[in-house]
Amino acid sequence: MGELEGFYALWYREMKVFTREKSRIVSSLINPLLWIIVFGGGLGSAVSVGGVNYQVFIFPGILTMTILFSSVFFGLYIVWDKKIDFFKEVLVAPLSRTTIFAGKMVGGSIDALIQGAAMLAFGVVLGINYSLLGLILAFLFMFILASALVSLGLIIGSNMESVEGFQLITSFLVFPMFFFSGALFPINGLPGYLLVFTVLDPVTYAVDGLRGLILGSSQLPIALDLLILTAFASVMIAVGTWSFGRLK
Amino acid sequence: MARAVETDGLTKRYGDLLAVNALGISIDEGEIFGLLGPNGAGKTTTLSMLATLLKPTSGTARVNGYDIQRQPAEVRQSIGIVFQDPSSDDVLTGWENLYLHALMFGVPRNERRQRIERVLGLVDLQDRANDIVKKYSGGMRRRLELARGLLHNPRILFLDEPTLGLDPQTREHIWEYIENLVKAENVTVIITTHYMDEADRLCDRVAIIDHGQVVALDAPSALKSKVGGEIIKLRVRSPKVEPLKDLDYVLSIDQSGSTLLLTVESASAHLQEILSLVGEVDSVEVRSPTLNDVFLHYTGREIREESGEGGVVERIARVRSRR
Repeated sequence: MGELEGFYALWYREMKVFTREKSRIVSSLINPLLWIIVFGGGLGSAVSVGGVNYQVFIFPGILTMTILFSSVFFGLYIVWDKKIDFFKEVLVAPLSRTTIFAGKMVGGSIDALIQGAAMLAFGVVLGINYSLLGLILAFLFMFILASALVSLGLIIGSNMESVEGFQLITSFLVFPMFFFSGALFPINGLPGYLLVFTVLDPVTYAVDGLRGLILGSSQLPIALDLLILTAFASVMIAVGTWSFGRLK
Repeated sequence: MARAVETDGLTKRYGDLLAVNALGISIDEGEIFGLLGPNGAGKTTTLSMLATLLKPTSGTARVNGYDIQRQPAEVRQSIGIVFQDPSSDDVLTGWENLYLHALMFGVPRNERRQRIERVLGLVDLQDRANDIVKKYSGGMRRRLELARGLLHNPRILFLDEPTLGLDPQTREHIWEYIENLVKAENVTVIITTHYMDEADRLCDRVAIIDHGQVVALDAPSALKSKVGGEIIKLRVRSPKVEPLKDLDYVLSIDQSGSTLLLTVESASAHLQEILSLVGEVDSVEVRSPTLNDVFLHYTGREIREESGEGGVVERIARVRSRR
């Protein structure tokens, strides 16, 4: 009971902070919208992929990018929390580190999911017709992706003392994860050097799965995407729990 | 009387630095106990170990009867802490900060609202409870954190430098609040401070700490009487110290440049003779000993009040620059 309420407390805080910082929500959506409207619209006037307009083709990829960026950068807040003593207040509570990690992780994932939902809504403007099942499964994909990447952000954040250090490490991770994921190009017929990184990039499977669910055109079976993504998330959550256990 | 805290050879070592050196103190239930010493004396390290935030290198302690090594969860549940730096979330309201704490510390659902109202009342923040903490002054934020420390009915409240960086008037207020809530909630309070006046004003007993060790421990009045006599502070252009050393009522002499600090028995009776011996005197001050003199007496140094640690105001400024 105590742990459950502690978990709720941590989530409650993340929600309050999230809803109070409206500028953060707005700014987190500007970047993906620019990608879709300017990059997708510009290139889409000349290019289509497999019969789909390029702007629509990259939509699931940009949706994934929204989750990717906001999830990993959520880890920055733990660096802030450590800088101020608020984190001490949490650490001194009679709660297990697993609970603290879980509260943060779910809090951050739901933040990312809300941004993902806003992006999905924008998809209607692009003329995308969602099926109910597709939408439900898309949320499942987004949540698993977010929990993996929020965990990744928290792992980095819990091992970092400075904001600059965090930003340096994450930009080395986040941008390659985005570019290699096939968010902007189809992954069949890639040259070998590119394919290696794309296959190794866990975000690839989120893009592929979401593209399958939203546009009906995935390269891999969606179940396989889901399996790989879940495995990735499990590892990240396990490592995250472990690194929170080491926090002082 | 039951013991609130009992330490046994409590030691913390950072590499070559012995931050806390085989500390052995016992603190009674219901007292306000002060750990007084300069910055870096090991006060906060001691407090962190007692609060189970830091593992001792060796030795142990019992807090409310629980072993800090073997029963950390029980220790945490039974203590409240107000940290040196602001530790409330400034994006949340005062009320939300307290609600969060109530959830994390397992205050039963049916008592939460009532407890929050009560502690808010103790620090006179009911009117501002729904304001975002960012809008609070440094003193209000301290009060909120005092209230929060008490929320889950702890038996011991730890206060780490409770008035660091606050202006004199606000400090006075905070002291009054601390005294009031000790009475109202019947808790043991353990304060770390490097302010003499704070220790003198608030504490039933004070442990003077230097280099991780207790150099003296007693009630402030008893400590001061141990220094003996009174203090005569003289400013003399070229002081002649030698003749003073032969006077048996002069207990100690400290010279720094043209300032002489004498500890003297029956100072007023002997002032005339001292003045005639010491040279051309610019100013004289006779006073009773303070805890600063006690510290000087035991360590040969003064606790400097202005030192490296930043005040709350600049910390808040730093914290506000986030997000």
